[in-house]
Order: sequence, then structure tokens, then C-alpha cells
Amino acid sequence: MKSIEELKAIKERALKEISIRENENKVRIVVGMATCGIAAGAKGVMSAFIEELNKRNIQDVTVSMTGCIGICRHEPIAEVYEANGEKTTYIKLDAEKARRIVAEHIVNQQPVIEFTIGAAEK
Amino acid sequence: MVCRSHILICNGTGCVASKSPEIMAKLNEHLAANGIEKEVKIVKTGCFGLCEKGPIMVIYPEGATYCHVSPDDVEEIVNEHLVKGRIVKRLLLGDKDAEDVAKSLENVGFFARQQRVALRNCGVINPENIDEYIARDGYAALAKAVTEMTPQQVIDEIKKSGLRGRGGAGFPTGLKWQFAAQEVNDQKYVCCNADEGDPGAFMDRSVLEGDPHTVLEAMAIAGYAIGSNQGYIYVRAEYPIAVQRLKIAIDQAREYGLLGKNIFGTNFSFDVDIRLGAGAFVCGEETALMTSIEGKRGEPRTRPPFPAVKGLWEKPTILNNVETYANIPMILLKGAEWFASIGTEKSKGTKVFAVGGNINNTGLVEIPMGTTLREVIYDIGGGIPKGKAFKAAQTGGPSGGCIPAQHLDTPIDYDNLIALGSMMGSGGLIVMDEDNCMVDIAKFFLEFTVDESCGKCPPCRIGTKRMHEILERITEGKGEEGDIEKLETLAESIKQGALCGLGQTAPNPVLSTLRYFRDEYEAHVKEKRCPAGVCKAMLNFSIIPEKCKGCSLCAKKCPVGAISGEIKKPYVIDTAKCIKCGVCMDSCKFAAIEKK
Amino acid sequence: MSEFVTLTIDGKEVKAPKGSTVLEAARSAGINIPTLCFLKDINEIGACRMCIVDVGARSFQAACMYPVSEGLKVITNSPKIRETRKVTLELILSSHEKKCLTCVRSKNCELQTLAKELNIKDIRFEGELQNYPIDDLSHSVVRDPNKCVLCRRCVSVCKNVQTVSAIDTMGRGYKTIVASPFHMPLKDTPCVNCGQCIVACPVGALREKSSVEKVWEALSNKDLHVVVQTAPAVRAGLGEEFDYPVGTRVTGKMVTALKMLGFAKVFDTDTAADLTIMEEGTELVDRIKNNGKLPLITSCSPGWIKFCEHFYPDMLDNLSTCKSPQNMFGAVLKSYYAEKMGIDPAKIFVVSVMPCTAKKYEAERPELASTGYPDIDEVLTTRELAEMIKEAGIDFKNLEDSQFDDPMGEATGAGVIFGATGGVMEAALRSVPYLLTGKDDDNVDIKVVRGVETVKEAEVEVNGIKIKAAVVHGLGNARKLLDKIKAGEAEYHFVEVMACPGGCVNGGGQPIQPASVRFDLDLRAERAKALYEEDQGSTMRRSHQNPRVLKMYEEYFEKPGGHKSHKLLHTHYVARENYPENLE
Repeated sequence: MKSIEELKAIKERALKEISIRENENKVRIVVGMATCGIAAGAKGVMSAFIEELNKRNIQDVTVSMTGCIGICRHEPIAEVYEANGEKTTYIKLDAEKARRIVAEHIVNQQPVIEFTIGAAEK
Repeated sequence: MVCRSHILICNGTGCVASKSPEIMAKLNEHLAANGIEKEVKIVKTGCFGLCEKGPIMVIYPEGATYCHVSPDDVEEIVNEHLVKGRIVKRLLLGDKDAEDVAKSLENVGFFARQQRVALRNCGVINPENIDEYIARDGYAALAKAVTEMTPQQVIDEIKKSGLRGRGGAGFPTGLKWQFAAQEVNDQKYVCCNADEGDPGAFMDRSVLEGDPHTVLEAMAIAGYAIGSNQGYIYVRAEYPIAVQRLKIAIDQAREYGLLGKNIFGTNFSFDVDIRLGAGAFVCGEETALMTSIEGKRGEPRTRPPFPAVKGLWEKPTILNNVETYANIPMILLKGAEWFASIGTEKSKGTKVFAVGGNINNTGLVEIPMGTTLREVIYDIGGGIPKGKAFKAAQTGGPSGGCIPAQHLDTPIDYDNLIALGSMMGSGGLIVMDEDNCMVDIAKFFLEFTVDESCGKCPPCRIGTKRMHEILERITEGKGEEGDIEKLETLAESIKQGALCGLGQTAPNPVLSTLRYFRDEYEAHVKEKRCPAGVCKAMLNFSIIPEKCKGCSLCAKKCPVGAISGEIKKPYVIDTAKCIKCGVCMDSCKFAAIEKK
Repeated sequence: MSEFVTLTIDGKEVKAPKGSTVLEAARSAGINIPTLCFLKDINEIGACRMCIVDVGARSFQAACMYPVSEGLKVITNSPKIRETRKVTLELILSSHEKKCLTCVRSKNCELQTLAKELNIKDIRFEGELQNYPIDDLSHSVVRDPNKCVLCRRCVSVCKNVQTVSAIDTMGRGYKTIVASPFHMPLKDTPCVNCGQCIVACPVGALREKSSVEKVWEALSNKDLHVVVQTAPAVRAGLGEEFDYPVGTRVTGKMVTALKMLGFAKVFDTDTAADLTIMEEGTELVDRIKNNGKLPLITSCSPGWIKFCEHFYPDMLDNLSTCKSPQNMFGAVLKSYYAEKMGIDPAKIFVVSVMPCTAKKYEAERPELASTGYPDIDEVLTTRELAEMIKEAGIDFKNLEDSQFDDPMGEATGAGVIFGATGGVMEAALRSVPYLLTGKDDDNVDIKVVRGVETVKEAEVEVNGIKIKAAVVHGLGNARKLLDKIKAGEAEYHFVEVMACPGGCVNGGGQPIQPASVRFDLDLRAERAKALYEEDQGSTMRRSHQNPRVLKMYEEYFEKPGGHKSHKLLHTHYVARENYPENLE
């Protein structure tokens, strides 16, 4: 290694890998992955979230799964938890919607209202 | 596809011995069976610290910490947690019902009270992957030192931080580096003392197994500061995993050009080699260590000249402990003020302790200096098992002393511990309760010292032996009038006369237990009685007639036929035949046998 | 910048040279600090902790190692220091085999002296005593680890001065012992028998293999004709056993005492030394003239011979084939003398008194019996002779002087100086010109080869040939010189090697002086003075002038290097392995 720049490059690359282990308050996307969710295609949704975040080099957002959230008819469901604890529940997701959520909610702080459960219940 | 989940498995020696490799094998098996092996990454890490609860497994991103994991649990963990996203609560450490499992450890005193600086990467990264070290700012301190700072600036920063040697003596690290730096010589050496010989201590082992790069980086920084191009890590051969991880780390660092010629394109070159110890505690002593590296009998020599002036092969050499080095990169990155803001006035920073003995949470903890013993034992250590009464905490291993209950609120720092008749030592902390005999404890440590004495000087070679012989007599009920005074006389002269630190501190356990528990010694000598009920020779096993049902079970179990009686009538133990093995007491269902 | 610093010792201001130790500074100021493991220039390791002093450090420091510095405040004697020293000494005594009354070093034991000096009246800390076997299989040196105080003076001398390393510390802690590798007996190691370990030892852990009983036996055997020869160095050292100052010559009294002990004849090894010069000088001339193996290396030091056999077997051909004077003498006695006096050689019992322990080994070498009988029957060290003199109740100090007996009682000055380093070389160089040309040159006092420097060189020009010579003493120095010669960095015609530092006067069989005496006195130089003094006072100073020797050739050996000489006065050597390859 001949320069600090090279070191920094390695750090950037590796940080992406292990950032998942940081336990600080960050934004979390939790995807329902119970039987209903999996049947509805939640796996594809989760993959889409992960890949989009990765593409955009976003390191401080974690994606994890959970069991049955309860509103099975709305699967695939994903909940976005802000650092301050606020929660947004998105329903009837697919890969395309997941990518939009990343772009608008995560990156631009604009929740995609039309995908939320609130919007659907109206 | 990027891994969506990381499973961190502790691969410190303790957990390895408890089958963590098998756990990993089973993980591979079950992940593959479920087709998710590409989404989940298994990461070998170093010691998390809570060895009592090992093997430990942490799964991210949830941050669920599972404890006492066995290979048989793996199937459930994979099926429930990794496939279905359901936390396996029965294995969870801490608050099992925490809404956010990542916060379940928040109130676990063991973790909540710690401030991990030296252990910052242990249990977080894979020690066999240099990239992960770099991701957490690894080698950034070295980069800063060689490209932005002068050697003197590096030394000044370390001096300002107030870092003192973590190997036991507590000598100011910056000052040591300064002495070596001002020597004019074309060859200087940087050595790392990884001989960790104190019985029960494993702080350095955990750093070497869990974060070897921090030592390499710090040694390179030290080399830059004093003007050396060659480092040696003297590691005890009894640490094969540490040796292996160090070798891997050195190879990786060399590959990246972080060790070798012209680091970061400057004209600073530095390389590190490993030297193995051969089973001698005395080789943890500075001059003996260097003599051993030179290929000679590992014996200390007189000082002056000090190694910073004339050390390895008569060249200026600095020797620092593993834990001391583990602090260096953080001091350069976060600044001396940050480090100095932790701890007490004369003892800055944190200290890693290996907590053992009669305590609930045995393991490794890193706490700011100034934390009281009470906090360590009760808040972090979880108190004494079985509700027994605390008696004393031994710090400093065979060179240290015991701290009794009346001093539990002493803030831990170098000077306070010395004032109490003990010393910081390398960080071993052994907790004793009412069932420990302090005379027996002193004898235990002295036995170790007698065995490990190098034999060069009579005060240590013969003096510790004679002290041990007296203690043996005392614990066998053959103590004589004047024995305690003899112990004190010997102790004082050995302290003053011995050639090296091993001998000079060997009498400490005896002196310290005499200071706080003289009554126990006197009971042994004058009354031939062991108050704690430990010294077998003075114990008498007897059957309590009122409680004995005459079932004859004890008589049947007795290996020497010392118990006799009639069925349904109280039995009797013949003390002349009794070998005090205690089998009768263990087998009695009516608690009818007592020892005193 | 001053080369001196000023420090305070016990309140007294002392000026000491930079780089010296507190011990040296204290001695110069007349302040005595007790020592045990310290032996000047040989063992300075601060191990025994007897010399501890208070320099204001956390614990007491060893004065023999602590460097002086400007303004240093030293206290050498305080109640705490005394107590610490006493406890340390009591500990040493508690693990020492206290059989002082029957110990060979009783009254000349540094531990005994220390105990008295420190006023030890009670050993408070008795405990386990190790029970080690005594190693007495060697012909020369007996090791008794039960008396060892682990001062490591013997290890230092064997490893650093002699570079043989036949003994070292083994084991650890209370089980530390000085022993040979794998605890094998000394005789199986490359030990060269020089006995330097014995004279370095402060106590009775090392001593020579005793021949005293056998000599008493021979002396009371009416059938035997018991004769004795004394090496030159003995007369320079024997006096010390009777409280004479170091370097006192006691030749006359020595002869008288030997006669009183009952020896039929008392001869002077120096006579044989002259004989050796004739043979060796001729050998040198022969090699120079006929392109023989050079350098020729002397062979009178049996410690050196064994060293060469172990460590430089490829240089065995350089060694002179001459026997040592001791053995030449024995051969002469059992051939020429036996014939001349009409005594059956089987009845002649030759005892030699030597400053050397390796001579005991040499006497047992099977090839040294070319007359059909061993050249030498028993060897006594200087110390053993003193034992016998005392046992016989002889009042040595008040004896009259006597002369050596004929026909082997006359020697030249050249023969006497054999006992000092450079002596053999000087003796040879006094005769070589004559042997080469038939004429003496002017050189008699060749001072350049005298003294205790590590290597001494000389060049003597004879008939246009520049004969280059080198003298080395102490096997460590020999090693260095031989390595240089092998590497082609140095070239000589003639090299003298003596195993013991300073030559035979400082041999392993000489009186043992404690470290305190050796601090101020260089035994090597002081004892050598006595020999050079005797040389100066001699009427004949060149070996080839000795009428006794000339008569020997006339009556028996014909000529130096002749057939009879070769048979009786020359020998061969044997390459030896250092340690067996397979140790079972």
C-alpha cells in the first residue's frame, strides 16, 4: 500500500461489509418473513431492498426479517423504523416498490405515502 | 448477493474449547440445507468477554446475543431466526423480552458498564481478515503517524495521554519511548511482551486472538517513534491460536505493504517477527525476555543499563505489553485528550481485567480506571454465586495481593492498589469468598513462584522455597510459634534483595494476606484450625448424631473404611483412619456430616 | 569533560572513574562490601545479592554491577542492609552441605569467610536439602553439587574464558544445578581438565581428584624407589599455602620438605624442560628447513592438547610431537636413569608435583608409556603437596633450603620460565639460533613474549630467516588465534599455547586465592615474577648449555630427534568427538 488513499479505499469497501454489525441507532427496514410473507414474495422484496441500498452505498440502514406482523392480507409487508423510533408500515410490496422506498423515503426522507398501510385503509 | 445477515461466533480459546468450531460446521450444514448459505455470512471473531456464558453467538442485523450455544442448538437457530426471523428467546442473553432485541444487553451490567478501547474489535471483526480491521479505522493511526506527524510528535501525544504500561509495572509508556528515541544507534528494536504468565490471566490472549492487527499497527507506530525498523513479538508457546492468528495477520499486513519497506510511500520501514516462549514465567520479565530472544537461558540481569539504552543484542529496545499496544492506535486517532479524559488523575484510560474465581460472570471486562471494585464484582461480575459472602479480591497474580471487603469502594488505579498492599498487575482479578482460606491462597501463589523462579539469585531461589515450606507446615497443621514472624522476615529480605521483579514481588501474596487476615494465620498456627474449612489436615469430619439416620451409605462409600455403626443408629467416623476426602459428606442425603 | 565522577559512599565523598562500579569505587575508598559470586573480569553478574547497597532505588542494588554517577548517594551498611544480607546468606547456608570440618576448602572457603564476616550465629531458615551425586569419574576434576552455591564462577570461566562450555546451569529455581549436558559425567564431555573451574570456585564444590593416599602408600612401600619431580610453577605458588605473600619463591624449602616426606630423590622438571627445548627446537628447525607443517605449536600443556583434539582436530599435525617436560622426565627416569643407576624400572615410582590438574589426565594417557612402563605414576597438585607437608607435621616456614638431586637436578633459567606464559617460547628462541647455526645470538631476555596480554608476537632473524612466533594463553584466546591462522589472516612459524590464563603459574592445581585477593592482585603476573627472578639469577640461561642434558644425549639418546628420542620422548595425538551423536 503506497498511500493513504489506498487505505481509505479498502476501508470504504470493507465498511460496507461489516456495517451490518454496528448496533447504533439507525434506520431499520424490517421485512415480514413469515409463511404468508414468503408465499407472497417477501424474499424478493428483501433482496430488492438489500441490493438497492448496496447500489447506492447506503451503509447505515439495516435490513432484517421478522415473523408474522399480523396483517397477513397485506403481505409482503415492510416496516421502516427511523432512528428516533418512528415507524412507517408499507404493504403489498414488490421489488419495484422496494426500490422506490429506498430512493424516496431512505435517501430523500420522503415516505412513499401511497404504499403505506394508512393510505390503503382510507 | 450481499449477505443480509452476519453470524459472529466467538473463536477465542475458551469458546473453541467449548466447541465453537463444531457450531460453525453445523451452521454451514443447516444454512446449506435451507439454501440460504449465500445470504448469511459466518464470521469468526475474538473473545466477547463473557466467557462464563460461552460459546457466544451474535446475529446481526438484529444484534441478538445468544449464549451457551451448543452444536445441537444450531438447527433451531437456523430454522427460527435465520429462515423465519424469530429470535430464539431461550438462548438470548440479557432481557429476553426486550422489544428491540438489540437493546436486550443494555441493562446487562456486564456489557453496559464496559468501555472497550483495547478490546474494541474483539467480538466484532474477523481477526483473520485485515479488511475488517481496516474498515474499523485500522492502520489509519499508522498512516497519520508516518505521513502527518514527526516521531517526537507521536511520543508527545503518547506522553500527553498518560498511558502507563499495562503489563503490571505501570511505567509511563511515552517516557519509555522517549528514552529509546534519544539513544543514538543505527539499530533499535521494538518488542511486544505476549508471554502472559499470570495464572488465570487471558487479556493479552484475547487481544492477540481477536484483534492481532492492533498490536502490529501499534508496534509499527512505536518503531516510527523511536527510530526502529524491526519488531519482535515474544508470545508464549501455550497460545497456539494466538500464534496462528498473528502469523496470518503479519502475512496479510506484509501483503498490503503495511509492514515492510517504505510504508505509505515514506522512507519508514518496519517488520515484525514472532518468537515463541518455552514455558517460563520469568521470561515475561523484560531482560529475561530479551535474553531468551537472543537464544540464551531466559534469566533476568541487573539494570542499569536499562533496555531502552541497551536491550536486545545490546541495542536500544522498548518492550511493551500487548494491551498497552492495543491502546496506541486509538490514542493517535482520537487524541491524547480523549484518552486522558477517561480514568483517574494518575491512571488514565481503561484496563482489561480477567475476572475469575468465585464470581458469577467470569470473563473479560474492560473498564475505565477509577471504577470501584464493588462495581466490578457486583454490577459487572454479577456477584458471588450461591449467595456466599465476599472475602477478598486478588489482583496482580503471583505478584499482587488481596483486597478485603472494607476496601471494596476503592477506585481501581495503579497507585491505590499499591497503597492497599497489592498491585494492578496485568489484570487478573480473582474473587474469593468465605469458603476460601487465605493462607491456602498465599501458598498457592507461592507454589507458582517457587516453580517459576529462574534460580539466579538466592533470595528468590531459596527464599521463596523456604517461605513455601513454612506455609506448607502451617496448612498441614504443623505450624510453630515464630513461623509467622519468620515469614515476615523472609518476605522483607526477599523483597529488598531479589534481583528481578519476580522475586521482589513474590512475597506480596503472603504479606498482603497477613496484613488483612492475620487472624486466619494465627488460627492455623496456634489453634491448628482452618477457619474457612479448606486445609484438610486440620479438618475433622464428624457425623452429627441427631441428624444421622443410620442408613450406612457413607460407610459404604468411604474408601478407607473409617466409618462404622449399626443400621438405624448414628454412625461414627474414625478420625485416625479418615483421609478427609469428603466423599461421605457429598453422599449423605441428610446433611448429617460436617467438617470443621 | 572530566573522566571522573564524585559520589558519596556512607557519607564519604569518593572520586571514581566514569564507567566503574560502586563496588570498585567503594574499595578504592577503603570501604569493604562483601561479595560471593563476584570474580573480577571473570564473573560479574550481580547474582548472589551479597553486595547489595542502598542507592535510593525501590530495592537494594548489587554494587558489583551498579554504575557510578555524579552525585550518587550510596549506603553500604545499615540495619536493613545488614539484615537483608544476613537473611540471604542464611538462605544460602540453609541449602549448602555444611560438612566444613572435613571439607577440602575448610579455612580457605569464601562462604566460611562470609559467614564469619557477617556474624552469622544461627541459620533461621533450614529446609529441604538436595542430595546430588558426586561426579568423580574424571581423572582430574571432582564435582560436588551439594556444596555448590550456584555463583556460576565456574560456568563463566569454562564458557567465556576457556570457551569449552563443559558445564553450565541446568534446571530452574530451587532445582538449578551446575552440570554437564544431559547430566553426563565430566569425563564424557570435552572438558579439557584445565581445572580453572576449581580455582574459580569459592567453596568446596570443585576439587582435584586426590592422589595423596596413593602417594603416601607408595612412600611407605619399601620395595619402591619413589622419586619426585617438581614443575617450575610449583615453587612460585607453594608458599601461598603457608601464608607467604603471593609470588614468593620457596624452591629450597620445597626440596627440603619433599626429602623429609621420604622421596628417594627430588628432581627438577626444569631439567626436562631443557631437554624439551632441545627436541622441540630441533623439530622446529627441521620443519622450517624441510617445508614441514607450520606453524609448529607447543605441546607441553595437556589441557591445550585435549582442546586441540576436540575442537581443532585438523590441526593435530601442527602440534609438536614432543612429550611435555613432565612425561619426558618420566620416560628418562624409567630408561636412562634406571639403566644408569641399575634400578629395575618396574620398581621406580615417579610422582610429579604440578600446578596443573590436566597433568593427572595426561599421566593416564595410554600412549604415554613408551618405556613399557607409564611415564608418570601419580600426579600431585601444588595444593596436594601442601596437604601432605602439613599432614607430616613439617614446619615449612622454618626449613633450611636444599638442592635438587642429581642426575636430574640442574636446570637452566630457560627451563624455569616454562611456568609462565611466553616462557616456552622465550626458552626456545634462546636456543633456536644455536640449533640452526651452531652459534648463539644476543637475545637472552626476549621481553616481548612476557606478560599477560592476550596475544604476544615476536620475530627473530636467524641466518636471514625471519622466524615469526606467537604466544597465546587461555583457551578462548587460543581459539581466536587458531581461527585467524586457519582463515589465513595470520602466519607464524611457531606458536606457544598454554591452556591456563597466564600460563602454568595460574594453573588449576595452584593455591586458591579468594576473589578479594584477586581483586587487587594479578596472580598471573605476581607468580610469574618469581620465575623470571630465578631465571635472572641462573648461571646458565640457555637450554642447550645444560651439561646434564648434553650428557643425556651423549650417554643415551645420541642426538635430538634421533631414533631413541623419537621412541621415548615423542608421542602422537587422537582426534576426539565433542559429544556422542546418539545419546541414550
